[in-house]
Amino acid sequence: MAVRKPPITTREYWAPGHAACAGCGCAIIMRLATKAFSEAMEEKYGDPDAFAIAHATGCMEVVSAVFPYTAWKAPWIHVAFENAAAVASGVEAAWKKLGYKGKILAFGGDGGTADIGLQALSGMLERRHNVVYIMYDNEAYMNTGIQRSSSTPYGAWTTTSPPGKYSIGEDKPKKWVALIAAAHQIPYVATASIADPYDLYRKVKKAAKIDGPAFLQIHGPCVPGWRIPPEKTVEVAKLAIETGVWPLFEIENGDIRNIKFQRFPKDGKFKKPIEEYLKLQGRFKHLLKNPEAIQELKEQIKEMWRVLGKEVELP
Amino acid sequence: MPMKKVMKGNEAAAWAAKLAKPKVIAAFPITPSTLVPEKISEFVANGELDAEFIKVESEHSAISACVGASAAGVRTFTATASQGLALMHEILFIAAGMRLPIVMAIGNRALSAPINIWNDWQDTISERDTGWIQFYAENNQEALDLILIAFKVAEDERVLLPAMTGFDAFILTHTVEPVEIPDQELVDEFLGEYKPKHAYLDPKRPITQGTLGFPAHYMEARYKVWEAMENAREVIKEAFEEFEKKFGRKYQMVEEYKTDDAEIIMITMGSLAGTLKEFVDKKREEGVKIGAAKITVYRPFPIEEIRALAKKAKVLAILEKDVSFGSGGAVFADVARSLINEKEKPIILDFIIGLGGRDVTFEQLEEALGIAEKAIKEGVEEDVYWIGLRKEIL
Repeated sequence: MAVRKPPITTREYWAPGHAACAGCGCAIIMRLATKAFSEAMEEKYGDPDAFAIAHATGCMEVVSAVFPYTAWKAPWIHVAFENAAAVASGVEAAWKKLGYKGKILAFGGDGGTADIGLQALSGMLERRHNVVYIMYDNEAYMNTGIQRSSSTPYGAWTTTSPPGKYSIGEDKPKKWVALIAAAHQIPYVATASIADPYDLYRKVKKAAKIDGPAFLQIHGPCVPGWRIPPEKTVEVAKLAIETGVWPLFEIENGDIRNIKFQRFPKDGKFKKPIEEYLKLQGRFKHLLKNPEAIQELKEQIKEMWRVLGKEVELP
Repeated sequence: MPMKKVMKGNEAAAWAAKLAKPKVIAAFPITPSTLVPEKISEFVANGELDAEFIKVESEHSAISACVGASAAGVRTFTATASQGLALMHEILFIAAGMRLPIVMAIGNRALSAPINIWNDWQDTISERDTGWIQFYAENNQEALDLILIAFKVAEDERVLLPAMTGFDAFILTHTVEPVEIPDQELVDEFLGEYKPKHAYLDPKRPITQGTLGFPAHYMEARYKVWEAMENAREVIKEAFEEFEKKFGRKYQMVEEYKTDDAEIIMITMGSLAGTLKEFVDKKREEGVKIGAAKITVYRPFPIEEIRALAKKAKVLAILEKDVSFGSGGAVFADVARSLINEKEKPIILDFIIGLGGRDVTFEQLEEALGIAEKAIKEGVEEDVYWIGLRKEIL
């Protein structure tokens, strides 16, 4: 009897023994993404190891590469906070000259991508380097102790967006880097979530097999930053999808008129209220007492969907 | 046969890069060194240089891409100046700490504000503590030669540090001079192929580069950079000797000019050394016992050579196109610290001169000489002398 190949490869590049928090959402991204990459490389080049990783400074770098240890079983480089995309460009150029067949994977958090690293990312995408850039989005500067980034959602508590007498918490809408990336008209842009590992796996694999740059913005809750129990990471991420907070989509060649959605309700009506997502998280505790702020958050989410070409209803 | 061509300093730098055959070049245009990436892109476009040329969106990304390429194991080159170098500042430390032998050409230019595109050395001097080897060229030939030597030294296994070669904005970058272009075969012999044993991103031999260093390891890693820079002294001298044997041009850590019986030795770097040598000739004709010394290698600082020089003269007068505010000239500080524990030492004078492209004239050098002569008889009056200031507009 033929043995069915498991849907996710058993090869590991993100080794156990890394120092991420229990329940870390981004650690799940690291593990799944490298597995997907490996499978893509195997299918494309016949060599599952044919990739190298460039990492921005951040939690995932700090917990995986403390000298003299490493959690990485793939060639890996970290340089600084804002330049993972530029470093990846250099590695890719060098590989071309060395005649290596393979692809470069770049990782950065939302701070290192949406904020300080945005220019380097834009340069890398515009120059069409053969790099998959994954932004692991935990919606704040978690490595430095939970400060807001431009990817922090409206209303969230962080240490630099504290709710108070004159503050509802973060007072700006979330920046969607995936749409900025799409504006570069690169072959492939997608969002994903750790709550849908098969979708995430498929998208990373697809991105890795494309010739040219690809960008993925992947949602990964942060246990200490979101004030959630370690065992709730996946549940919280799942609720973000089910309440319409986190859209799952793909954009090819920058064609925003043909966005492919995943897990989008056919009638555009999300069944679960946002409050269910918010109430699991300490970072939104104050918001539950503020219906006006929740209404504003809902309006922003509807607007985000409108930009994506969808009219939605949020209960 | 070596070929002689009349060219600008920038072209000389681009030719050096072509001869060194880097596999990756990442650069962003900045005055006065824009012609370097322009010329290199021509070489690449014409198939004269088989390299990936990454046209980055900033100098920060230029050096970051160079770090990525060098860490992947290939010879890497870039060029910049002034604000561009300052924008790279953060990554310069990282390139040195990761022991990546990137070579960079710098058209030495002043820093803002006020914005100024002309020559001084504030840009490279401000990067003196990053762990990069620093060469300063007197003319376009030296710009070419010292870039080749920079590759040789940087890639030596006893060193493995990045290196920069400075050549003065406009005075060299935009001025044409005859430059001998060495034979490619000889350059190939001189440099060899770069095959690093420490830096590669090979899927068949995965290694982790750019780790986090806890207090238990950080200091030792920095010491290794220190040790590599100390090793560079000997390696540079060897490279100079080999270069002379192969190409016939002699280089020294410090080049002395008419210093043997000099009472006053003026020390400088870069193209100012040319002016200074002419000034020395003129004063010698007038019977003044003056000599000149040119610092070719500023990092590692030629401490022993400066000590030897100090034994010869009553005054060492440092002429420098940079300033460390609240202290004085950076070169002065290095010369002074080299001599601090010597039993007998000359008077050391600190002259800030020619900032932001102000011409350094014989009148200015006369002024400095006058101060030096007076110092022998009457002592030193000021810690730092600014020469050629337009006092009427202060």
